[in-house]
Parts: sequence; C-alpha cells; structure tokens
Amino acid sequence: MSRISFVINGQERTADIDPKMQLLWFIRDTLGLTGTKYGCGMSLCGACTVHLNGEAIRSCTTPVSLVAGQEITTIEGLSGEQLTPLQQAWIDEQVPQCGYCHSGQIMTASVLLADNPNPTDQDIDRAMSGNICRCGTYQRIRRAIHRAAQEV
Amino acid sequence: MSTPTPISRREFIKVSAQAGAGLIIGFHLPLNGAKAAPATDAFTPNAFLSINPAGMITVTVTKSEIGQGIHTGLPMLVAEELGADWSKIRIESPVAHERYGSMGTYGSSSIRSMWTPLRKAGATARDMLIAAAAQTWDVVPATCRADKGTVIHGPTGKRLGYGELADKAATLAIPEEVALKDSKDFTILGTPVPRLDIPDKVNGTAMFGIDVTLPGMLTATVVHSPYFQGKLASFDDGQAKAVAGVVKIFPITGGLAIVARDTSAAFAAAQAVEIVWDKGPNGQLDSEGIARLLEEKANEQGLVARDQGNAREALSKARKTIEAVYEVPYLAHATMEPMNCTAHVTAQKCEVWAPTQNPQQAQDVASRITGLPKESVAVHTTLSGGGFGRRSSADFVAEAVEISKAVGAPVKVIWTREEDLQQGFYRPTNFNRFQAGLDNKRRPVAWTHRIVGPSLLRSINPNRSKDQIDFTSIDGAANLPYGIPNLLVDNVVVDIGVPLWWWRSVGSSHNAFLTESFIDEVAHAAKADPFTFRRDLLQDHPRHRGVLELAASNAGWGKRPPRGRSRGIAVHEANGSFVAEVAEISIDKAGKLRVHRVVCAVDCGEVVNPDSVKAQMEGSIVFGLTAALYGAITLKSGKVQQSNFHNYKMLRMDEMPAVEVHIMPSTESPGGIGEPGTPPIAPAVTNAIFAATGKRIRRLPIGSQDLRKA
Repeated sequence: MSRISFVINGQERTADIDPKMQLLWFIRDTLGLTGTKYGCGMSLCGACTVHLNGEAIRSCTTPVSLVAGQEITTIEGLSGEQLTPLQQAWIDEQVPQCGYCHSGQIMTASVLLADNPNPTDQDIDRAMSGNICRCGTYQRIRRAIHRAAQEV
Repeated sequence: MSTPTPISRREFIKVSAQAGAGLIIGFHLPLNGAKAAPATDAFTPNAFLSINPAGMITVTVTKSEIGQGIHTGLPMLVAEELGADWSKIRIESPVAHERYGSMGTYGSSSIRSMWTPLRKAGATARDMLIAAAAQTWDVVPATCRADKGTVIHGPTGKRLGYGELADKAATLAIPEEVALKDSKDFTILGTPVPRLDIPDKVNGTAMFGIDVTLPGMLTATVVHSPYFQGKLASFDDGQAKAVAGVVKIFPITGGLAIVARDTSAAFAAAQAVEIVWDKGPNGQLDSEGIARLLEEKANEQGLVARDQGNAREALSKARKTIEAVYEVPYLAHATMEPMNCTAHVTAQKCEVWAPTQNPQQAQDVASRITGLPKESVAVHTTLSGGGFGRRSSADFVAEAVEISKAVGAPVKVIWTREEDLQQGFYRPTNFNRFQAGLDNKRRPVAWTHRIVGPSLLRSINPNRSKDQIDFTSIDGAANLPYGIPNLLVDNVVVDIGVPLWWWRSVGSSHNAFLTESFIDEVAHAAKADPFTFRRDLLQDHPRHRGVLELAASNAGWGKRPPRGRSRGIAVHEANGSFVAEVAEISIDKAGKLRVHRVVCAVDCGEVVNPDSVKAQMEGSIVFGLTAALYGAITLKSGKVQQSNFHNYKMLRMDEMPAVEVHIMPSTESPGGIGEPGTPPIAPAVTNAIFAATGKRIRRLPIGSQDLRKA
C-alpha cells in the first residue's frame, strides 16, 4: 500500500492503495465512478478510456502509481451542468444502442476534437479505431463528431 | 377511423385502491402463459401503466434493454393509444414475476408479442380518462377526445389534464371494448422518437449490471474449466491468497470462485491460482477433427426438413448440375459488457441484479440454488451491455447466487474477457453439401442441401431425440423462398461436446450465407444476373421480392459501379421481417478487401420507430460483417484458442462501410428488427468478392483467404 494523491474530475484525492492496481478499478471500485467501463483489460477495446492531463489513456492498463500528482477526468467529470457539444451531438444523432462502450468513445472523441477541431473522416478513423462498439454504431459516432465540430 | 377491440374481463384489472394513487391499469392474463393476479394484489408491481395525479405516466417494460431500443419502443405503443404527452412518459423495469407472461427477450419478438396488449392497455386508460372527464362536465363521452395528455370537450373546448382525471378514472369500471387507432392516425408510432435511455448513456450514469454496488459488497470472479465439462481436480491458492484484498477461494459448481474486496484483487488472484483440471469427455476436441467428422457424416442420411417434388430424380435429369461444399465456424457473442451478476442471499431472501435477457429463468435458478420459494427471490433486470442471445442463459446468475450464499455477503461476480470468450455457448459450426440442376433453358429445376452439424436444442437438452428435427439448424434453409420445383433439405445431427447457444439471428446467421451464396452460384451457372435471377424466382414471395428490388434500385444495380468496385446481393427472411442487402466492395492488388458501402432494404411490417429500425439494421450489418470477416472460435486439445479482442477481432471505425437503410412502407403486422439485418451481409459481401475476383468464398470467416484475382 502506498499513499497516492491526484486530482480527479477537479477534486483532489488522496488514497492508500496498492500502487500496482490498474486505474480502472480504482476509479470504479474505490471511487465508485462506474461510467468508465471494463471491456478487455488489455487496451484493446477502449471502453475504459479516461483523460490523463487532457490526453486519452486506457485506464485498464495504467497502474495507479503512474498517475500520482496528475489530473484525471472521467466521463462523469467531462461536462459541468450542461452537456458538452459532443455529448449533445451523441444524443442528437441517437448514437448509443447498448451504450456500454460510449463513455470510452466520447472520452476518445473529445480529445480528438480538442486537438483537431475540424477532423476529416480519416482523422476520425485514426483517432477512433481503438474503440470497439459491438453494436456497430460507428457511422453515427462519425456523424456525431462532425456535428459537434460544426457546432463548436 | 378506429377498430373496436373487445377486452376480455380477465385482461386488465384496475389496481389503484387508495385515493391519490392515480389510475393504475394492471396485468391480468393478457399474455401467453401469464397467471392471473388476484384482484387484491398490491398495486405497483402489477402495473402495465400508471398515471399519477401530477400527470406522470409510468409504463412497465417487461423486456430487457440490450441495445435494441425496446425501452422506448414499448412505451410508444402505450403512449400512442393513450393519447399521452410523450414528455410525461417514464419507464420502470419490474422485478421478475410470472404475472408478466414471458419476460424473455429473444427472437426479435418483443414488439410482436406486446403490440396488441400494450396498445389495448393504453386505449383502456384513455377511455377511462375520457369517461372521468365526461362525468366531471356532465357531458356525453363521445363529445370528448384525448389529446397529448388532456381530455378536451369538443363543443366547449374545456380541458382537463390526465393527472387531474387520474383519481376519478380509477373509480370507474374497465371498459368492455376499446377502439384501437388506425395506423394512418398514428402520431407517435411510425415517428423517430428519441430513445429514452440515451441521455444516461452519454454521461456515465446509465447503470449496467457491472455497475451495481451494494453496501458491504464483495467482488468475485470465476475460473472455469478450459475443457467443456471438465472438472476441478485440485488447486494451489498459495500465491493467490497472498494477493492483497483476497477474501476467499473455493470450488463452486462451474469452477473456482475467487472472492475479494475489489475486482483488481479478484482478477490478480485468478491469474495467480494454480489449477489442475480433469479434462473430462471433451479434452481432445479440436477444430480440424470436428471438420473431418462433419464431412464424414455428410454421407449419412439426414432428417428431412423439406421434401418437395423429387429433387434426386430432377438432378439426374438436369442438363447441368452444380455442386458445392460450404462450412461455417463456431462463433462467440462477445458482448461488450462481460458476463456479470450481483446477488445478495440471506436466510430469508435472495436479491439478484442481473444484465439478463431472461429474468424469470434467473429467478428459477436462484430459487433452486437457495432453496427459497420464488416469492422470496427478487430479480432486478439492469441495462445490458449487449446481449445477442448470450444473456438468455442464467449460468452467470447461478454463480453469483452460489457464491453469495457461501460467503454470506452481497457479491458481484465479474468474468474476465478471457472467460467470457472461452466459456462459450457458441453459435454452432456446420458442414453443408449442395447440389442444384438446370434444365435446357437454364432454369433451376432441383436443389438439395444437406446440413451437417451439432444441434443447438440437443446441446441445451441432451435428452432431446436425435430423430427430432431442430428448427434452429434449418431455419432459413428449409424455407428457401425460390421457386424451384424440386427441393430436398435435410439435416444430419452430429453431437460434439461444445456447448451451443442462441446467437443473433440463430439458424439464419449461417443459412443465409449458405443458401444466398449457392443461389449465386446457380445464377452464375445459368449465366444470369444475380439480381434478376433471384427476382424471377420470387414470384410467390412478394415481400422478399420487394426488398430485393428496393435494395437493388437504391444501390444502382444494373449500372456500372464506381471504378474498382464490385457488388453482391442477398435477400433473407428472419424473425418475421425481410431484408435485402447490396454490398459494394473493392479488393486491391495485394488481395485486401474493403467493404465501402452497404445498401439495406427492410420490410418489417408496420414500423414502431423508424430510427430504431435503421439503427438495428446498421448494427446488425456490423455484427454480421464482423463475423464474416473475422469470426471463428477454434479448438485445440479441448481448449478455445481465442481469448480477447486481438484474436477474436471486431470490426472497427476504419473498416466501417457507409450503410444506408431503406424501409419498405407496409401495413403488415410488425416483424422483428433486432436480428434480421445480420443474415444477408455475409453472402452480399462474398458474392461481391466473386463478382470482383471469380473466387467463391465457401468457408467463413473470409479472414486471410487469398482474395487476389483468380
């Protein structure tokens, strides 16, 4: 066990945890933020995507020790009172089906838009191909990203 | 215009007894197999719909939301007839009970089974609200109408909201007859109503089974035998117990349970434990051996699924015969949310929270394991992160109940992805032999199809007779729609120890690939265009023909495709709906396949929510395309070789074709939409590969087969 401090969704947290624990389980089981999902445990599917200092990372293969002193954002902390334009676009385009992968999809897409406010289809392919959607909503994800880009 | 529909006296009951409770219309045996609830039964759990004095309408949804949009589709049925303000609609998933009839979510049947009962429930409440308003105003009910949550008196324009009327309506008798709307008067049905579940799915608040958290809850995972029907011989948990947070490690029915304070510890300990398995009867299974066995068995006589005319004689007289062998692999469901379940068992009761497609079976299983009567077992159905049939099994429920009972605490069981892929229930593999004959005018006169493989129904129930035809093996093959005068379809059942299960579109998932590929071969042999050949053979099947033509015309069939591209077409009926798909593909010099565009036409009868129809077609196409390109569960020395998404691959964003969906206008009764989009995509793609290269894909997945031009 070691004492680790970091900022999650704007709040400073300190916890005594096994530094080898993957960030995903710390977020879900210890902090109770269940919007971030487990899909593969091997960085293959992207369901566990969160932001580390504004970059999209796979929390299922990131030991907690690596995030000490840094800033993490989960889907719960992505927006304030109002949804982000990206989340709103996800609703407007009626993207989710089962919905399980979409926290990860949105966290990945929001970094894409932050880095590249007007992405092409190819940019979207590159940025989003690490996130699996078993329901096959890719076409709507693409539309929602374009829509959000236009509205910002 | 509307259709008067009688209400049987036993169909609905009013269940609001207390003043201020509003109007509550309860279930009362309208559904197959439901037991009548006594009129004294408590109110809320038995409600179809309730309207409270504030005007909020709660619709009880007895089917599981697994991504198909049913939690929006079902309340739309109620809201339409009720004349409700859609923004006042809320939904509630009830605790499992036999009073709801079948709560199983399978076979794309939810809208079909609930189409009439839910509309009647809405119409019943509407008529009672109108009667209450008419009484209040002392006017004739026929002078009043319902509109967006209010009753309006025509001559005076007076209005009362449903909330204001609910208490009074609850004192009135259930009408003996209600009028259901004509579809041309629909204002909610047939419109793209936004899904009720989507807002919670974009901000992390949607609660899936894996998200259930209880005070004092432990987390467990289960290591199952890697050999089907294998048994735990011995285990060494010395290292595993040393993992911080591990609480208990012990054998359960299906394997070894690892109970811990959190998921991280449970998964780490599962990796550290050393287990010796007794391989059992299936320790030597391997895919090559299974394929050889099926091929050998193809020489045996099969159970006759369809015998029309005299196919053998017609073949012997045919001017030209065509023969082919086709094979399909085992497939896994691979829902994004791995199998999981939470249970809390005490001496008095058992509570279960499960992402399940079959909450009543979960209740039965929990009752059996705990020895508690069913009334003491409460099964809560959570959202499911995908289902595709997998969650209609209760195996994962049984484990949570067994473990919670053993440790005396609430327990959430989560499977790793590896367990999820390797602890099956798989779509069956099979081997197929086809023959067809053409006469001297190149018309098809004979068709034989022998399906050789394991039976899903026998896998589920080993006592089922081998001589009884398994409809899941022949669905989509025996009902070949083409007008060929002599047809013989038979099925050789071969028992293999791999557990089988329902997989999105079931028999059609393989039979569409098989039959729509072979009919393409026959068309080619007849030197006919694949579209016109099919169309001309579908004289007696106008709905097949309708979607075939709709897809072809929108895809530009008959016109030259864009440079470097080729098209393939397929049509299939499944779950009461008809779907045709045209795939437009290219193959580069290195043999790399790209699916650029899929044009889909669907006739699913009367449409509840056109956007849900489109979404389900888009998703089903991805599901079927994923299987066609990559899907194969293979076995070596009794073990499944695939373990995670690196070797059980999924279609990704950069491979996504542009999918366009065209819905055939129809007044036929509704068909399913969750599954029927899946079957036609594999043959549409492989037929396009043939058009591009002259290579016929007769074995799935397409995978790494050489696609360079022949």
